[in-house]
Amino acid sequence: MKTVSLAEAVAIIPDGATLMIGGFMGVGTPERLIDELVRQGKRNLTVIANDTAVPGQGIGKLVDAGLVSRTIASHIGLNPETQKQMIAGKMAVDLIPQGTLIERIRAGGFGLGGVLTPTGVGTIVEEGKQKVQVDGKTYLVETALHAEFALIDAFLADYLGNLSYVLTARNFNPVIAMAADTTIVTAEHIVPVGLIAPDHVVTPAPLVDYLVTNG
Amino acid sequence: MDAQTIIAKRIAQELRSGMLVNLGIGIPTMVANFVPDDVKVFFQSENGLIGTGPIPEQGMGHRLLTDAGGRPVTALPGACTFDSAMSFGLIRGGHVDITVLGALQVDAHGLLANWMIPGKMVPGMGGAMDLVTGAKSVIIAMQHTAKGKPKIVNKCTLPLTSARPVDLVVSELAVIAFPDGRATLLERGPGVSVEQIVAGTEAKLAIPEKVPEMRL
Repeated sequence: MKTVSLAEAVAIIPDGATLMIGGFMGVGTPERLIDELVRQGKRNLTVIANDTAVPGQGIGKLVDAGLVSRTIASHIGLNPETQKQMIAGKMAVDLIPQGTLIERIRAGGFGLGGVLTPTGVGTIVEEGKQKVQVDGKTYLVETALHAEFALIDAFLADYLGNLSYVLTARNFNPVIAMAADTTIVTAEHIVPVGLIAPDHVVTPAPLVDYLVTNG
Repeated sequence: MDAQTIIAKRIAQELRSGMLVNLGIGIPTMVANFVPDDVKVFFQSENGLIGTGPIPEQGMGHRLLTDAGGRPVTALPGACTFDSAMSFGLIRGGHVDITVLGALQVDAHGLLANWMIPGKMVPGMGGAMDLVTGAKSVIIAMQHTAKGKPKIVNKCTLPLTSARPVDLVVSELAVIAFPDGRATLLERGPGVSVEQIVAGTEAKLAIPEKVPEMRL
């Protein structure tokens, strides 16, 4: 793990990168990394996340700035700007059931080719997908998702990069930490090693590539 | 009593102590207001919380404690938090006893459409498909008609949410279940006649000899 400044962290990300971004309606989203992506004007991004929050908040800021060319998410209904860009053909949007999205990401991080899920069988979600029967029940084959970068917001990070989360800000963060080539973390508090008890570490330090310094 | 209150109150009667319950947005959320005092259930928010409590009083909210709509909530004693894979493992894995959701259409066999109007409303399905596919019991909370048009139809014209039929539909006019895949009228709304229900329903209803009024 390397500690970096906010500007250095975002400078690592090239235009056209695929980013998994933590958060659920902006809660648990690394807001400082988002602001810096906007400031450095990274373009043509693919974003994999639960949602695009609302205009002016979280991932919504990337959308507002026109930096996202493709979104893979489960819900965009609370962000009219995302819908506008989708309808105008400025942004491609893949909508995926939330449980399937998080499992595809988990599969990507856990070394699996995908998962079998009953969700979506008999709906338009099954179009173009392989179906398999297991013990007489039908499942869709949902393939693994990977990204070049995972952008994570934790509550506590220790000097080694062990992470813990708080309340409902955990959501996608620990799952995407497994599924990207490079994991970049912001944390509310950076604390001495040992302050997060071993049993309370949710994301182990070896998964973290860059920890953004505070202040 | 207004339509939404009738619906929410009636659905609250389906809850039993110890159940894990997931409420959707809108009328479903109101169900929490009518849980009897002696019934203790766990409410799940799919963003990663069991033990979701009421909206916090002014100044007591935490920006990292919200419901699935991003609104501040409280966590009740005994609450726990988890990531989204766990949250949807609970949902898809059959650990949620009841989910209460809204609907655009429900068909004669109980199949549900509640997430998309092609060309008009494409918000994404969020957790709806997983909830309907995986919850032990799916209850629909909805007004019986939309702009005078029946929402309980012969066949859904909108994209389905799941191949799994719902268990119960509660509207301000009726309680309808789907035994053997057939829409069956169980109860009438307050002061509502069977004829009124039939008039507002496109799907053919099986109607038992006695259809009691909801006891609210």
